[in-house]
Amino acid sequence: MGAGGASVLGKGLLGIYLSVLVLLPVAALLAKSGTGGTSQFWREISSPEAVAAIKLTLVVSAIVVAINAVFGTIIAWVLVRDEFPGKKVVNALIDLPFALPTIVAGVVLLALYGKGSPVGIDVAFTRVAIALALLFVTLPFVVRSVQPVLHELDVSMEEAAESLGAGPLTVLRRIVLPSLTPAIISGVALSFARAVGEFGSLVLITGNLPFKTEVGSVYVFGQIQNENLPAAAAVSVVLLAAALVVLAALTLLSRWRSKHVL
Amino acid sequence: MSSSASGSLALSPLPAGRAAPGGGGGERADRAVGARRYGVRTIALGYLALLLLAPVAMIFYRTFEHGLTPVLNAIGEPNAQHAFWLSLEIVAISVPLNTIFGIGMALLLERGRFKGKALLGLLIDLPFAISPVVIGLALVLAYGKTGWLGDWLAENGIQVIFSVPGMVLATAIVSLPFVARETIPVLRELGTDAEQAASTLGASGWQTFWRITLPGIRWGVVYGVVLTTARALGEFGAVSIVSGRIEGETQTLPLFVQARFENFDATGAYTAAVVLALLAFATLVLMNLLTRRTRADTAV
Repeated sequence: MGAGGASVLGKGLLGIYLSVLVLLPVAALLAKSGTGGTSQFWREISSPEAVAAIKLTLVVSAIVVAINAVFGTIIAWVLVRDEFPGKKVVNALIDLPFALPTIVAGVVLLALYGKGSPVGIDVAFTRVAIALALLFVTLPFVVRSVQPVLHELDVSMEEAAESLGAGPLTVLRRIVLPSLTPAIISGVALSFARAVGEFGSLVLITGNLPFKTEVGSVYVFGQIQNENLPAAAAVSVVLLAAALVVLAALTLLSRWRSKHVL
Repeated sequence: MSSSASGSLALSPLPAGRAAPGGGGGERADRAVGARRYGVRTIALGYLALLLLAPVAMIFYRTFEHGLTPVLNAIGEPNAQHAFWLSLEIVAISVPLNTIFGIGMALLLERGRFKGKALLGLLIDLPFAISPVVIGLALVLAYGKTGWLGDWLAENGIQVIFSVPGMVLATAIVSLPFVARETIPVLRELGTDAEQAASTLGASGWQTFWRITLPGIRWGVVYGVVLTTARALGEFGAVSIVSGRIEGETQTLPLFVQARFENFDATGAYTAAVVLALLAFATLVLMNLLTRRTRADTAV
């Protein structure tokens, strides 16, 4: 940098851009959720429908993230250690959920697993559908965070363990998994933050039935439509806090990791 | 991504401890390794097929089930056309903005020295942690009729919410972090040696940026732009709230998909979804070409 006036001008513009885009709207949101004081905030987030939506969001996200941890690691393993025709294509396809618009993800899942399903599976408007949609949109996180670590992992450790008589499960549990755990956790944290806020892929597939398939983001959307902005703002803040706690935990973890592993 | 370490399982020497004396034991261990490998591969590919491939293939089948004519009719429909061009218009505004400011943020975070740098980093990543719906709500509360700046905007005749400016804002927020996040590691890799040499030789800040820094980070920036574009084109939740969803006016292509699907116009919904899916595939191809490009660059 160091371009004097240009640099100052640039920083100023950047500050305005970030203020317009992020700071001001987020401040307005926080202010709205707090206008009625803590008692009103508490009342908004403890209404039965809000509680049900928040609980459903957190529980389904936790289940989805656990499935991601297992299958994401297996997929990463196959992509790094295995060799088969078409591997490059499979590797490229992993990012499809990031590239595909979320509403299209919902339509796509309904085409196969909705009404009139050609395989006879109809999960539309159920909690299974929520999990399915979330699994779809969060698929790349664990795969993409484990893959590079697995790639760097020294195979000679595993070979040494094997030559000393360790079985494949022992090698996995004692050598491979401990090295992968930080990457799996960071992938899981990103998946969780994404799952908690997900909206587009859920709109069509869940039917948005209160107390049954209504997740937090959908509840917020409904309250905005009903012009009940205080309730929408209060539950938004809860969702935001859940995602931020996970992000902060992730940052702390990576800091801890670099201190203890390197 | 995996050429060097791949196949290590197959190449790894047989576990000496378990190999029974004689050729038969080695063969049996070989077969066990092979079976395990096929098992894991089947699980991984089966999961991907059921979750990703089969549903995406299904929508292509459903779209072209009744031939090409209904699809072409659906594409030619005025509201579909309007939605498509509106989406492109929003992308054409928000992506360049995010590219310029994304590079600026990356430079500031990687090269700048100031207090609150960690806070700036958090602020840039914040859109990844917020639900699109919450972003939409926050925009309404800031720029809507009853929002913080509502009166001031109305006095000056500026409508943000329920019109294109709000939709651009929403799109820019959700796709804000990509360029900065993809450029920062490349900047770090690039180092400051060449930049310092250039300024020692009398180059101005601008000259150094255009001749040294930008060429060095270009593929990282382009990669970020691809991700930004894909995200901007597909944005649904935030735009859904700030747009008002008026067909033929403030309806983007993803909003069009939802509206048509809910109104039982399956052909219209599937056709628009397939158009968006094809754009997503184009994104994937670009991403892969660029990854190879970046690696070739850093290898030199």
